[in-house]
Parts: sequence; structure tokens; C-alpha cells
Amino acid sequence: MKLIIFAGPPTCGKTTVIRQVIKRILTKNLKPSFIKIDVLFADEDETIAKDFGIPTRKIYSGELCPDHCNVVVLDEAVEWAEKQGSDFLFVETAGLCLRCSPYVENSLGIVVLESTSGMNLPRKIGPMLTLADIAVITKIDLISQAEREVFRYRVLEAAKEITVVESNALYGIGIDPIVRKIIDSKEVELPMFLRGNPPVGTCTICVGKKEIGAKNHFGVLRTMDQDLFYVGE
Amino acid sequence: MGDIISIVGPTGCGKTTLINDIELFATKNTPSERTILINDEPVPEDFTFDPSKHPIALISQHTNFLSDLPVGDFLRIHAKVRGADNVDTIIEETLDFANQLTGESINRLTGMTELSGGQTRSLLIADAVIIGNSPIILLDEIENAGIHRTKALELLKKYDKIFVFVTHDSRIALLSDFRIIMKNGSMEKMIITGPEERRAAMELKKIDDVMLEFRRLIRAGEEITDEIFNSQIKNLAYSN
Ligand SMILES: Nc1ncnc2c1ncn2[C@@H]1O[C@H](COP(=O)(O)OP(=O)(O)OP(=O)(O)O)[C@@H](O)[C@H]1O
Ligand SMILES: Nc1nc2c(ncn2[C@@H]2O[C@H](COP(=O)(O)OP(=O)(O)O)[C@@H](O)[C@H]2O)c(=O)[nH]1
Ligand SMILES: [Mg+2]
Ligand SMILES: [Mg+2]
Repeated sequence: MKLIIFAGPPTCGKTTVIRQVIKRILTKNLKPSFIKIDVLFADEDETIAKDFGIPTRKIYSGELCPDHCNVVVLDEAVEWAEKQGSDFLFVETAGLCLRCSPYVENSLGIVVLESTSGMNLPRKIGPMLTLADIAVITKIDLISQAEREVFRYRVLEAAKEITVVESNALYGIGIDPIVRKIIDSKEVELPMFLRGNPPVGTCTICVGKKEIGAKNHFGVLRTMDQDLFYVGE
Repeated sequence: MGDIISIVGPTGCGKTTLINDIELFATKNTPSERTILINDEPVPEDFTFDPSKHPIALISQHTNFLSDLPVGDFLRIHAKVRGADNVDTIIEETLDFANQLTGESINRLTGMTELSGGQTRSLLIADAVIIGNSPIILLDEIENAGIHRTKALELLKKYDKIFVFVTHDSRIALLSDFRIIMKNGSMEKMIITGPEERRAAMELKKIDDVMLEFRRLIRAGEEITDEIFNSQIKNLAYSN
């Protein structure tokens, strides 16, 4: 099973890119399945199942952080896709958190960024970009060629080793090189491990402590002026 | 001097699509399903993956920037991407070129997104010619941006490049070495500008200059009196 994980801010074009990829994967007689992970609402699973006739699922993270949800369900997701007889599992993440990244060892991590989102975006989104294998820059039809080159530079400045692909995803321009990388990617092995390091410590806020102020929390903390320190066992 | 080529044809006939296909080196992956070859050969992959090797600059119909950077920073990065060594001189030269085409001048500290439509087009042209320094430059409807188009043509001619103009402007079309006529999405015909057309172009230039002069006067807040009108029309060797 090849696991392809797509991340990126809302409306950057993840679904549009995935649909173009699926179209091309199907013409090569390969078998993809698709999972959408989101917080409250998603309909990509229904439209993709209807338009391409492939196995799809959606998972609502609800109360849980969507990246956390991704970590706790992905093993079952891979087993599900195996049962469907798929060669590839495409996962579209919610793409909300800028501190975590959803990529797994041996998966192919694809971050989707829209070229219209400003020159500082690549500097803002952290591991979602720096731990990815491919950065797909969408909506190149909406900006000038000069801006495209400067945006690409900003992406490479933040993630030196990444492969950059520029795309007008509406027309499928730039999709073929992504498909080649997907086909050449590695098989995932169970048990799977998250790529890179997750955020430091166990977050007391995530587990429901709402009081403001470092004195009300434990684990790795900081104050306004003090660097990171640790309270606890 | 390089070559000047125009692409003409009615609205919607596919002129913009053609030059976009050329810039993207289309391989049946655009709405037209065209394939672009260079000297009958497929295009080398690094042309599309390494911007500094890309031989074509495209100045699209876009009249606004989306980059949240000051002009100077933007040009600096672009010059770096394009492998320039004397970045400061090149930025200076680019702004200088752009400012010859605009009314209000652009400076390094202006935000890209604050530029007007005409300033944006001017900067894009200057950037493509000087920073991009690409051997082939595609320009989509240079005449529609409120920039000084005759000045632009004059400046561009100093550079040894292939210019491809998509245009509805008879003067630009007749100043070209040849023009491609498009219809229903495809190239129908090519006309090489012959001596008769060159003579016609000289005459049209006079009319055009008069029209430009009226435009200048109106923009400057002048009233067009009989006296001004007659003195301008005399330039055409007509009288009323
Ligand atoms: N060869 C082609 N095959 C299929 N569709 C095409 C082709 N050429 C153009 N089109 C489609 O026709 C439409 C109009 O094309 P385009 O914008 O290139 O026209 P244009 O000549 O630049 O018009 P204008 O003068 O208004 O700028 C577009 O939707 C484009 O996708
Ligand atoms: N012009 C243009 N629009 C695009 C492109 N890619 C995506 N879009 C549009 O952007 C919007 C959001 O895309 P979608 O794929 O749903 O984003 P997601 O939230 O990341 O899945 C849709 O309206 C798409 O049609 C592109 O390359 N060019
Ligand atoms: Mg989506
Ligand atoms: Mg057009």
C-alpha cells in the first residue's frame, strides 16, 4: 500500500489536485482509495465516490484536534484501504494546525499551497511544509510569471530539499510530475511512525485545562520572559 | 534587433490561450490540447522546473499584483532567482524602464499591491525584459493598460529579443515583422509585413500620434478648442 498524504490550508486546492491525480491514476489501471479527515463538515468523499467510482471514507475529528485524529486512525485507514484491494490510499487532511504535520514515515507527503496567498505563507506554516516531499503551488493562472518565480523561491527558502510543482489544478496543468512521484513512492510498513518531531510535551490545554497562566499547567511551560521550563515528574 | 511578431484575431479566438500554451510548453495538458515543440523537438524538462533556464517571459493581461512585498524586495528576490550578480544596478534599471512608461512613478518602498493597473503592467514589462532577460517575451494586449505603448515599443526595440504581441492595435500589428491571424482557436494564416503595409503603417502612425496627443491634452485637463483641433489635424495634411 502506498500512502499519499495531502495537507494545506483550507481552499488551497487539495481536493482539486487530488481529483486530477485520481483521474490519471485510473487511466493507468491502478486502484486508489480516498479518505477525507475534517473537523465538522466534508463532502469530498461523496463527490469523489460518485465521479470516479472508487472506495472513499470520511472521518470527522469532532472534539479532537484533526492532526491528532489523523495519528490515531491512520493505521485502521490503511487496513481499510487494503481490504478494498487498493494500491494507493490518498488522505486529504483538514489542514488547520501549523505546529503539527500529518506525514508518516515512508508515505509521500504533499503540501498544497495557493500562489495567491501572499509571500509570507511559506514562512508561516512550519512542518506542514518543511516535512513534506512535494510542494504543489496551485492557482498559477491567477498571478504573474514574476510572482510565480518569487513565490517558488520563498517555498524553497523554507524547505530546501522539497520538490516544487506549479499547477493550474482546474485544468490539470502540472499534475503529471506529481503522478510520477506518487507511482514511484515507497510502500508503507506497519507499525507506522509519524515523520519528524511532534510539538513539545503533552499539552494540558488539549486535555481540557482552561485556566490561563503557566502556574495552572504542568509539562513544558514558559512565561512571557522565561524560556521553556518543565514542571512535573 | 530581434523579431517582432503579432498575434491578431477577434475576441475569444484563442490568442491568450496560444501564448499561455507556449509559456507552459503545453503537452496536450491545456484546454486546447496543444503540444509545443522547439525546433520540432520536445522541450527539455529543466526549462519547466528551473525558472532561471526558462527562455520565455510572459506578460499576462493581469493588472494587479497579489504579492504583499515592497517593490524593491520583490525585484531583489526575482533578480536573485534569475541569477543576476549586480542586483542593485539591475533593480535601478528596471524601475527606470518602468517609470518611463507610467504617469506616476514607482519607487522601491511602494507595496506591490498598491500599484495601479498601468504601473503593474509597466513593472511587469520592465521586469521581464531586464531581470528576466529572457530571449523570448510574450506580451498580452500591451495597449490596454494605460501605459505609454509607443514609448514601450521604442524601448523594447533596443533589446535583441523575440517579442510576440497579442494585440488589437493596428499600429503594433503593422510594425511587426509578421503577424499570425487566429480563428476558432487555431492559427489560420501568416502575413509578412511588405513594403505597402510598411507605408500604410507610416501613415497610420501620423493619425495615431494625433489621437495620442488629444488623449494627452484631455488627460492634462485641457479644453479642445477649434484652434487646437485645427492645428492638430493639420499634422495629417487634412483641413476642415
Ligand atoms: N485551440 C483551442 N481549443 C479549445 N479551446 C480553446 C482553444 N483556444 C481557445 N480556447 C478557449 O476559448 C476561450 C477564449 O480564448 P482566449 O481567452 O485565448 O481568447 P483571446 O483571443 O485572448 O480573447 P481576447 O481578445 O478577448 O483576449 C477560452 O475559454 C479558451 O480556453
Ligand atoms: N483558478 C484556480 N482555481 C483553483 C485552482 N485549484 C483550485 N481552485 C479553486 O479553489 C477552490 C478551492 O479548491 P479545493 O480543491 O476545494 O480546496 P481544498 O479546500 O484545499 O480542498 C475551488 O473553487 C477550486 O475550483 C487553480 O489552480 N486555479
Ligand atoms: Mg477539500
Ligand atoms: Mg486574451
